[in-house]
Amino acid sequence: MYQIVSAQFLAENIKKIEIEAPRIAKKRKAGQFVMIRVNATGERIPLTIAGSDPEKGTITLIVQGMGKSTRELNLKDAGDTINDVVGPLGTPSHIENFGTAVSIGGGVGTAIAYPTAVALKEAGNNVITINGARSKDLVILEKEMAAVSDEAYITTDDGSYGFHGFVTQKLQELIDSGKKIDFVLAIGPIPMMRAVAEVTRPYNIKTVVSLNPVMVDGTGMCGGCRVTVNNETKFACVDGPEFDAHQVDFKNLMDRNKLYLPEEKHSADAFAHKCHLHQQA
Amino acid sequence: MEQQKLTAKQRFAIPRQVMQAQDPAIRVLNFTEVNLGYTPEQAQREAMRCIQCKDPVCIQGCPVNIKIDQFIKMIADGNFLDAAKKIKEDNVLPAICGRVCPQEDQCEKACILTKKYGSVAIGNLERFAADYERESGNIELPVVKAPTGKKIAVIGSGPAGLSCANDLVQLGYDVTIFEALHEVGGVLMYGIPEFRLPKEIVQFEIDGLKKLGVKFVTNAVVGRSVTVDELLQDEHFDAVFIGVGAGLPWFMGIPGENLLGVYSANEFLTRVNLMKSYNFPENDTPVFDCKGKNVAVFGGGNTAMDAVRTAKRLGAKNASIVYRRSEAEMPARVEEVHHARAEGVEFLMLMNPLEFIGNEQQWLTGAKCLRMELGEPDDSGRRRPVPIKDSEFILPIDMAVISIGNGSNPLIKQTTPDIEVSKRDTIVVDLNTMATSKENVYAGGDIVTGGATVILAMGAGRTAAAAIHEKLMGGSAN
Ligand SMILES: Cc1cc2nc3c(=O)[nH]c(=O)nc-3n(C[C@H](O)[C@H](O)[C@H](O)COP(=O)(O)OP(=O)(O)OC[C@H]3O[C@@H](n4cnc5c(N)ncnc54)[C@H](O)[C@@H]3O)c2cc1C
Ligand SMILES: Cc1cc2nc3c(=O)[nH]c(=O)nc-3n(C[C@H](O)[C@H](O)[C@H](O)COP(=O)(O)OP(=O)(O)OC[C@H]3O[C@@H](n4cnc5c(N)ncnc54)[C@H](O)[C@@H]3O)c2cc1C
Ligand code: SF4
Ligand code: SF4
Ligand code: FES
Repeated sequence: MYQIVSAQFLAENIKKIEIEAPRIAKKRKAGQFVMIRVNATGERIPLTIAGSDPEKGTITLIVQGMGKSTRELNLKDAGDTINDVVGPLGTPSHIENFGTAVSIGGGVGTAIAYPTAVALKEAGNNVITINGARSKDLVILEKEMAAVSDEAYITTDDGSYGFHGFVTQKLQELIDSGKKIDFVLAIGPIPMMRAVAEVTRPYNIKTVVSLNPVMVDGTGMCGGCRVTVNNETKFACVDGPEFDAHQVDFKNLMDRNKLYLPEEKHSADAFAHKCHLHQQA
Repeated sequence: MEQQKLTAKQRFAIPRQVMQAQDPAIRVLNFTEVNLGYTPEQAQREAMRCIQCKDPVCIQGCPVNIKIDQFIKMIADGNFLDAAKKIKEDNVLPAICGRVCPQEDQCEKACILTKKYGSVAIGNLERFAADYERESGNIELPVVKAPTGKKIAVIGSGPAGLSCANDLVQLGYDVTIFEALHEVGGVLMYGIPEFRLPKEIVQFEIDGLKKLGVKFVTNAVVGRSVTVDELLQDEHFDAVFIGVGAGLPWFMGIPGENLLGVYSANEFLTRVNLMKSYNFPENDTPVFDCKGKNVAVFGGGNTAMDAVRTAKRLGAKNASIVYRRSEAEMPARVEEVHHARAEGVEFLMLMNPLEFIGNEQQWLTGAKCLRMELGEPDDSGRRRPVPIKDSEFILPIDMAVISIGNGSNPLIKQTTPDIEVSKRDTIVVDLNTMATSKENVYAGGDIVTGGATVILAMGAGRTAAAAIHEKLMGGSAN
């Protein structure tokens, strides 16, 4: 059992959870994740390690309620426990001083990009961050991102805050302004990552994305997380989750992520129903 | 029915005792064990078939050299608990091996009666004795020797790790098992299904180790959570045994392998056995909905049989084995093949997939296959399958499970470069001691041999335990 030390919502449906996991806190590097199982009948799901405190022996996760497992996790508070936490998994982000590095986060992808943005800053990069959300109240980690950025931009789809438009438009604007960009990290919904890859491709800007296929074990044993990169099959949990955006077959990833849609919907509906009854009682 | 009084002729006249099994029509609807075990009377009758050879050749057929003639005599005499103890002198997991060993290639193949009368059912008898002991509740915990003051880390909780830990804890070592998953037992838990090996039995053995003082740390991926060097240096373990199995599923490298509905056997079986997705939605993990579907499993080993029979139990309309050689070459245990056939599994032999085909939404709809015929024997002595010209056709299927074997997981290799590995990434050891190229690090089981058997993994764990004891204490395991 793993103890939750603190938990608070950052935005509607997005929660920051600090968990006691001393071994992981000591070892984890930017870009790595944990697999968790909320309870004994739960699914194993991957979540990026957003930060850690090796002294205190804790790691921080930032979770968006999507379906049953993530919503169940988001009901937890300080003092509650989680059945299983295993990690750190995945290959750490490749960090070096590229020059100017742009970190792009879409939605909860901002949380996944955050630790890597920190590492890029520490490696001496000129860091630009572009964080997109649908609207103002869904913007997360604004202060934290600003603190590691030389330039920080917020974009919203509805224009309720910051730049009105998509992260790719902001990126294109920066490129058009003549800024020399050496490296782009993009993490968010698959269509966003694919769009970023298309923006940077003509300029040959090295671009890395973090892929989110469905995982089971997270250790390379099942092959369920396989993705197509450069026409080769890779296991995202051990070979990734970060890959060269210009070589990723995004369509295959998007298709494969639909594998359990009916089952996911069933679980989510049943869970919502249960919560609803709970609230009424 | 006293043993001594039977003449050889009378013994030969006793037919090999058939173990009762659940009716195929019923068992395809459940996940409970297929085989029901011998009754004590059946066991005694079967034991009397053994002619107690002066030179019991069966023993050479067993990788851990169980004193087969002796334990069978005890069963014949009705001394079932003694029989169980005798087996345990050489095999710490008899209830498991009695169920899953490929006996027909090992002890039973060597039995003198095999040719003329059919071998003594050694595996069934081993299972009987172990079950009898467990169910009687009369288990004496082995005596644990005085503490040696030395600490051993065992990585992986499959049969190799469990048997190594068992021997070392009895010799007085402080043993900790590190396991990557949230449950211990390795393939015994997440691979081999309940209907062939009830998890309760595996759990019983694990609980036994806990009682002896073995510590289990789950959710610990060595190479990620902690490295072998850190275990030796920072956590002060005196020796490390690596028993991480063969955990990297091979795919065929043909087009369409990433379509929706194409699984590795590891993923399919892990979802069902470890994550209990047959119980969805009570358990959260989903698996392909096999109900009314056509499922094909590509491969001919035990894993393939387990996958196809699992698909059948999940409601598949048609569940078939597609194998590129003929049935005679299939490496699976003969009993599983018989059971699968009785359950309605189809066997499509001499067939090789070339490509998986999908619809607009990328769901699998079929496999383009080529028919084969048997040609000249290859290096392994098996006749090589060669394609028949212009024999391509499309096998309509909704789900494919690929079960063509496993390679080695790269995590330990990547993080401990001073452990020598082969070209196939298996760990290289001295087979007499299971010592690796790294001081105080030992390895055994599938990570050394590639996918093999439970009994070989167990034997390797024990060899390593003896060598570790000798190295650290200058002692002999006996
Ligand atoms: C390497 C990696 C890091 C991630 N980091 C974070 C993070 O820091 N914060 C965060 O909020 N989310 C993160 N995710 C996504 C998160 O794992 C999914 O949202 C979660 O698994 C959904 O589970 P659910 O039961 O709530 O929803 P479901 O209703 O089951 O699924 C919703 C969607 O999530 C995906 N999904 C479902 N099951 C799994 C699974 N077992 N493994 C992976 N994806 C799955 C599918 O695309 C599915 O359509 C990450 C994913 C990966 C692969
Ligand atoms: C479906 C299936 C059916 C089979 N049927 C039979 C049969 O009928 N008869 C038979 O004799 N054999 C059978 N086998 C083969 C047999 O199960 C294996 O040969 C045997 O289990 C190997 O034992 P092992 O201890 O080497 O490894 P495993 O049983 O594979 O156990 C290895 C353990 O190590 C863990 N691990 C891996 N990496 C790490 C890490 N980095 N850190 C920590 N832990 C780690 C794994 O999670 C696993 O629990 C079957 C195999 C499968 C897959
Ligand atoms: S362990 Fe296996 S090979 Fe040895 S006697 Fe038992 S069934 Fe036969
Ligand atoms: S070879 Fe067969 S008959 Fe002879 S001792 Fe062994 S089991 Fe008995
Ligand atoms: S999640 Fe199983 S291999 Fe990656």
